[in-house]
Order: sequence, then C-alpha cells, then structure tokens
Amino acid sequence: MHAPIPHALGLLCAATTLVGAMMVITRKVVVHAVLYLVVTLLALAVVLALLGAPFAAALEVIIYAGAIMVLFVFVVMMLNLGQADSARESEWMRPRAWLGPALLAALLCAELLYALPSLLAPLPPPFAGPATETPLPPAPPLFRLGVHDVGLSLFGPYVLMVELVSFLLLAGLVSAFHIGRRRAEER
Amino acid sequence: MAAFLIPLAVLCPLVASIILFTCARHLSTRGVGVVACGGVGLSALCCVILAAWLLARPVTEVLHVDLWTWMRAGGFSAHIAFMLDRISLLMILVVTIVGGLIHIYAMSYMRTDPALARFFACMTLFVAAMLVLVLASDLLCLFIGWEGVGLCSYLLIGFWHDNPANTAAARKAFYLTRIGDVAFLCALLLLATATGSLRIASEVGAAESGQVSHMVVNAATLCMVVAAFAKSAQIPFQAWLPDAMAGPTPTSALIHAATMVTAGVYLLARLHGLFALAPAVQALVAVMGVLTLLMAACTALVQSDLKRILAWSTISQLGYMYLALGCGIWQGALFHLMTHAFFKALLFLAAGSIILRAGHEQDIFRMNGLGRAMPGVTAAFVAGASALAGLPLVGAGFYSKEMILSGLWPARFMLAGHDIPAGPVLWGLGLLGAFLTALYIFRAVFVVFEGDSRTDPTGRTPAGMGIPLACLAVMSVFGGMVEMPDTLAPIHLFTAFLGLSPPQAHEPAWLVLAGALAPLSGLLAAWVLWGRTPRIMREMPGQASIIPLAGSTPRATDALYGLVFVRPLRVLLWFVRHDVAAYCLGRTGRLTRLASDRLELARRGMIGLVAGRTVMLTREGSILLGRMQDGRVRWYAAWIAAGLCAALATMVLP
Amino acid sequence: MPPLPPPPVASQALWAPALSFNESLVLAAVLFCIGLAGVLARRNLMFMLMSLDIMLNAAALVFVAAGARWHDAAGQVMFLMILALAAVETAVGLAIILCLHARGRPTLDGDSNNLLQG
Repeated sequence: MHAPIPHALGLLCAATTLVGAMMVITRKVVVHAVLYLVVTLLALAVVLALLGAPFAAALEVIIYAGAIMVLFVFVVMMLNLGQADSARESEWMRPRAWLGPALLAALLCAELLYALPSLLAPLPPPFAGPATETPLPPAPPLFRLGVHDVGLSLFGPYVLMVELVSFLLLAGLVSAFHIGRRRAEER
Repeated sequence: MAAFLIPLAVLCPLVASIILFTCARHLSTRGVGVVACGGVGLSALCCVILAAWLLARPVTEVLHVDLWTWMRAGGFSAHIAFMLDRISLLMILVVTIVGGLIHIYAMSYMRTDPALARFFACMTLFVAAMLVLVLASDLLCLFIGWEGVGLCSYLLIGFWHDNPANTAAARKAFYLTRIGDVAFLCALLLLATATGSLRIASEVGAAESGQVSHMVVNAATLCMVVAAFAKSAQIPFQAWLPDAMAGPTPTSALIHAATMVTAGVYLLARLHGLFALAPAVQALVAVMGVLTLLMAACTALVQSDLKRILAWSTISQLGYMYLALGCGIWQGALFHLMTHAFFKALLFLAAGSIILRAGHEQDIFRMNGLGRAMPGVTAAFVAGASALAGLPLVGAGFYSKEMILSGLWPARFMLAGHDIPAGPVLWGLGLLGAFLTALYIFRAVFVVFEGDSRTDPTGRTPAGMGIPLACLAVMSVFGGMVEMPDTLAPIHLFTAFLGLSPPQAHEPAWLVLAGALAPLSGLLAAWVLWGRTPRIMREMPGQASIIPLAGSTPRATDALYGLVFVRPLRVLLWFVRHDVAAYCLGRTGRLTRLASDRLELARRGMIGLVAGRTVMLTREGSILLGRMQDGRVRWYAAWIAAGLCAALATMVLP
Repeated sequence: MPPLPPPPVASQALWAPALSFNESLVLAAVLFCIGLAGVLARRNLMFMLMSLDIMLNAAALVFVAAGARWHDAAGQVMFLMILALAAVETAVGLAIILCLHARGRPTLDGDSNNLLQG
C-alpha cells in the first residue's frame, strides 16, 4: 500500500538518521560529532515531514539543527580543544568501555522491538475493559496535521502546559545565568 | 455595594501588608503604625457596614461573591469565592474589631522595636489570611487562609529570631500544625473525589441527601477534626501553644488566643451539618475536648509564667468549645468563641502591659503587689479574669459557659445503635473545669496584684495601650449579656443573630445556679489559698508538687512526642549506623532479667544469632547500595536503563 | 488503550504513507538505544549531552508518529514541549560544561565530577 518512491525516501532518511547517530557517538573529535548530529537532525526532520508533520519538521530544522547546534558549536569553540583531547578520547574509547553499554543498549533495543507488536495489539483479556474488546482496526493512512491544528490545540486545551513550559524555560535561563555568573566572579 | 465590600475588607489589610513588606525603609515608626492600623481599621469599617446591611435583611440571606474560577480540571472545579452569612459575619466582626484594637495596642507596645515594619506586615497579613479563612465559601479557598494564618503564626512566633529558643518554638508550632494541614488536605481530597466540588453548601447538601457514602463522611470529618485539633492545640497536639508564647505579646493576643486557634472551632461550626452525620466523630470531639479542658486547666494551675498560664487557659477554653461542638451545641461554641476572643485578648494585652512595666519579668512569683502601682491595668486584668472565670453577672464568660453547660445536660451520643446519655457526666466535668478555671486565674490575680510590693514598676502605661484595654474590658464585661439563660432574663439576641430559635427546653434553675456557684467557689478557694495567706503559699517553691501529674504535663507530652515520633526515627538511624547485635542483646537482657538464667541464655543465643544474621545482611546490602550511589552519572544512567530493561521484560515476556 | 482511529475526513488531504507507524516506531526505538549507548559509553560530557539529545529526539519522533496515526494534534504539542525541554537541558548542560572547564577540569570527564557522591 506504500507509494514506492516516498517510501524509499523515508527508509533512506531513517537509515541516514541511524548512521548519523552511530557516527555521533563514536567520533573522537567533538566538532565532527556536532556536524554528524546536524546531519542526523536534518534527516530526522525529513522523516517528520514524511510523517505528515510539516510544522514539527520546520521546528526541528530551525530550533534543533539551527539554534541548539549553534550553542554546541559556540561551546566547542570556547573550550579550545586540541590534539591532546582527541588522543584522550581514543584512550577512553577502548573496546572494553563499549562492552557493557552496547550490551545494555542492545538488550533494551531487542526488548523494545519485541514489544512493538504486543504494544500495538489489543490488551490481553485480564487487563481489557469492556471498551477494548473490539479488535483494533487496521492502521489507516497517516494524516497531515498542519500548523493550524497544532496551534488550535496548543492554545486551547494545552494552554496550561504552555505556561508550565514557560516556567521551565525561565528556570533554565536563570540557572544557566547563575552558573555562568559564579564563574565570572571567581576569576 | 455589599458584594463590593467583602473583597475590599480582605484587600485592605493585604495592601497594608504589601506596603509594609516592600516600602518599610521609607516609612517612619509612626507611619508604619498608621498604615497597619489604617488597613485593619478600614477593614473593620467595611465589616461594620456589611453587618448593618446584612442585619437589615432576613436571617437566611447569604451574600455570595464569586471572584474568579481558580482551577477547572476534569469534573472538578475550585473557585475563589466568598460567602457572607451570619456565622462568617460574626467571625469577621470579631477578627477585625479585636484585631484592630490589638493593632492600636501594638503600636505603643512595639514602638521601640527595630523590626517594627516586619512585625506589622506579618500582623496585617495575618488579618487578611484570617478574613479569607472565615469568608471563603469554597473549602480550597478556605485552605489558602488556613495555610496563610499558619505561616504568619510561624513568622511571628519566631519574630525575635536572635534567640534560638524562639526559632525552635516557631518550628515546633509549624511542624505540629503541619500534621493537621496534611489531614485537612486529605479531607479535601476525600470530599472532592466524592462530590467533585468543594463548595461548603454543596458539600453539606450532598452529604445530607445521602450522595456521599457514610464511610467517606466519617473519614473526612475525622481528618478535619485532626486538622482542627492541631490548629487549636488540643490533645494530642497541645505542646506547641505554650511555646508559641515566645512571640511578642500582641501576637499572642491576636493569633494564639483570639483568632487563629479558633479557626478549627469555626471550621467545625461551619460544617456542623456534615458533622451531625458522623456521631462517632462528634463523640470523639466531645471526649477529647473535655480531656483537654481538664488537663490544660490543671497544668495552668501550676505554671508560674504569666503568659504560659494564659496559654494553657486558652487551650482549656478551646476544650470547652470542642466539648460544645461535640455535643452539637455549635451556637454555644461560637458564642464562647466570641466572648473568649474579648476576654483572652484583654488578658493578654493586660499581661503585656504588666510585663513591660515590670521590666520584662514574666514569673508571677517575682512580681507581687502590683495592684497599687498600676490600678488601671489591674482593673482591666481583673475584669478579664472574672470574665474568663465566668463569675456570675459580671463576666462575659458566665453567659457563654452557661449556654454550653445547660446544653450539655441533655446531650446524648448515638454510637453504634446505642443511645448513651453522656450529658450529665460531661456536664459534671465541664463544671469541674469551670471551678479549676476560676482557681487558676485568680491564683494569678492574687499572686500578681496582692501582697507586698516586691518589684518597682517603672513609667506609665501609655494611652495607646490603655484605650484598647478599656474597650476590651467593656466588651468582656458586657459582651456576654446579649444572651442570657431564661432563668435570669429572656434575652436571646445571639441565637436570634444566628437565626436560630431560642432553646425550647427550659433548663431547671439549679443548673444555672450550679454554673454560677462553681466559679464562685473557685474564687473562694483561690482567695483562701493565695489571697488570705500570702506567706505560706507564695514562698513555697515547689508549687508543682501539689498536682505532680499536671505539673509534669508539658514535659510529659514532649517526652511522649519523643517516644512516638522521634524515637523510632532515631532508632532507625541508630540501626543503620551502629552494631545492632549489641543493642538487641542489651534489650533482651533487660527484658528477660526476671526470667530464669537458662531461658535468658537461650534467648540470648537465639536472638544473638538472628541479630547477627540481620546485621550481616544489612551490612552487605548497605555496601551494595553504597556502590550504587557513587556519584557517577553514567552509572546512574546505567541503573536507570537496567531498571527499564527489567520493567519491560516483566511486561512483554509472558 | 488508545482511542479508535477516526474515519477519514473528506476535506483532509490523504498523505502518501511514506513511512508507516510501525516503521517509525522501530526507527525511534533504535535511535533511542543508540543514544543510550552513547550516554553510557562516553566519558566526555559533551558527547553525553549530544547522546541525550538523540534520545530526546527519539521520544519526540514517537509522539509525532502517534499523533499522525490517531490524527491528533496533541502529538505535535508534545513535540514542542520536548523541544523546549531539550533547549533548557542543553543550555544548562553547556553552562555546567563551561563552568567545569573554567575551574580547571579541562578534560570534561563525566566520572571525575562525583562530588555529590553519597
């Protein structure tokens, strides 16, 4: 039922995302990792757009791949990293250090993939209420949800959440400022 | 117009408080006092106008003011809403008028204090919070005021925070009332889940029409009783109020005598419809009230600190109110609340003047014979004392106590289908309480004012302190005459004010006579013991040995708290830190000292083995737990991921 | 239990199903695990932060996909929230990194900053 060309594009983007993420976590030099992360995020933005969420895709590009990544680049520039740092990174990244995390992550991944069908299936009888006894109908085609729909629900039922997020942003701003200020005084 | 005045009455003290908190530096000492008294005075003016407006209307008239919807979530909604009926009208009049007089007094009393602005800011904030509490028509809105008065109480007890004892007293008060706040919140949650709204009227209506299950009503009222007891320092929460006397005296008068501690009484009287559906809880309230009444009166009898005597007396009088509430005489409780606010504020303010003039001396045995040096204050104190003791005809307390006592006589409890005629017993105990009340307060009067002058009071009581004393003295003497027993005169202004019909059952005359004789005999006993023979009783150092149990009550309650709350925690800590085996063995040894040697040996061996194993397990476990908490972020993340794996595995694997 | 999918609305343009719901869930799961491995394996705080961002993106992808699946804008609302969360997290994290770097810990070793240990 998939249209072949968009489907291939989606798979390509997904693969790009995964490869980019793999590259991010295995680089020795921070700048390389940041660039790979930008690639990952851009590919993810395409995936989002293909999922029918153009607004989310735009935000992903503008805020994530744009603003947040610029922050990273700035910090990397301020840290003044050199040859010694990448040498230390390669010393820290011996295969032994990867063994435990890789095992744990693989285990989790396997569990998640194993759980996917059961999550999508209707709940087994002991947990199923009267409303869930009808089996889940086959997945319909995905819908496009534009900025109009998002805006309506953002400032309708979720307006309290917007307020809370503004509190969170304020708290982050204050704490970042505080940490930076203490550093300036100690100099 | 009236709907506009209610928020204004709350807003005036609030604005005054904000001004004092923010612009204290730009105000002179006089300016601070004027702002504070002006805020409370304007509020009192609003309340008087409201009273005139409401009294001209039918009794059932209730003024509702909905300011805004606070929150709406699912089927639940809470509002910032005020309601003015006769009960809240009484409360706002008491709060603003007594509060205004105390503010005027405090202007002179605290004149030299460097932190005057902070003091008045807290006091006005307290008045605002108290008005919110008594005006709220939504229980969640009431909870704002409830917490606000607790906060102000904490701030004002620890007002002189240079002394660690004062901050410790403030913390004690805060923690103990916090237990009650949690209970109150539990009650709110129970009621909110049962009815979906916290409107007082709809709560009571829903409970009366049977929409709320019996279980929920009982549990919610029990939680509210715990909350009220913690706020009013009733058994078992009584320990905080005497320590709260560490605050300035006007604070003690306003918060810890006249208004805040009666918030619990107000809550129970406001919800009397709900409590009528839970007779077991009512019986509990009555029993605890009478116990508190007697215990606190006995304790007051052996205290030597003037303010502490008054604090214990407050606890004891609150016990009267709870006794009345428990027997369903809520109008009597409200009447006693009103007269108590008058005479207890008067007593505290007079005590403050005495203490100030006697050079900050609070021990009554070191300030004999003050009567001649300060006749005005003496007259005020004696007026307050006779009102507290309930001397017939001349004290406001007589009429309110009479209303409670005559209502107690026919009281019956319906417990589990049994009809228990507890009335006469409670009446007798209440009468004993009245006797004790007269005894301890006149003991203080005779010891302080009679005898040879030992301290030389300095200065004069300024007019700013004298005028409130005079006003309160008049109110304590004549304030009770609005309601009289039928035997004396058929005046029932108070019950008419509340919109109730006067009691139909005609109480026998000997009930009134007994109620009049009990305080008189107390006065006589006090005169015999402390007034007539000053030398013997006054020089006796170990007064506490008269009633050893009562003398040790404060210490005993502290020890009880230590045993119930602090000790288990300490033991837990100790278990974690020390060798448990030795402790267990020591305990076992003590327990089995009387048993035979063999048995003891056997027990030692067995318990030692068990304890040893436990210690080993605990140690290993603590080392493992310590390893987990090594402060390395990556390990924390790994533990979280491992937990996620385990949780997912239990979910998806069959 | 999720609500039943709504019937297709005529006025709503059907989007070519480039990626199905299941495929995006698989993508999100793998992405999340890659990020987790990065957080656990790397000692450099910069890399840990980047891995955290990958994990957050994986979570956001699930929300968007679910929103598209059940035709509910709440998914994208949650995406916005996650975006704000990530911004705050990155800002505070980078501030801490700068602070540590200025205080003479230029290695940015995540294991050495365990002053909070119990």
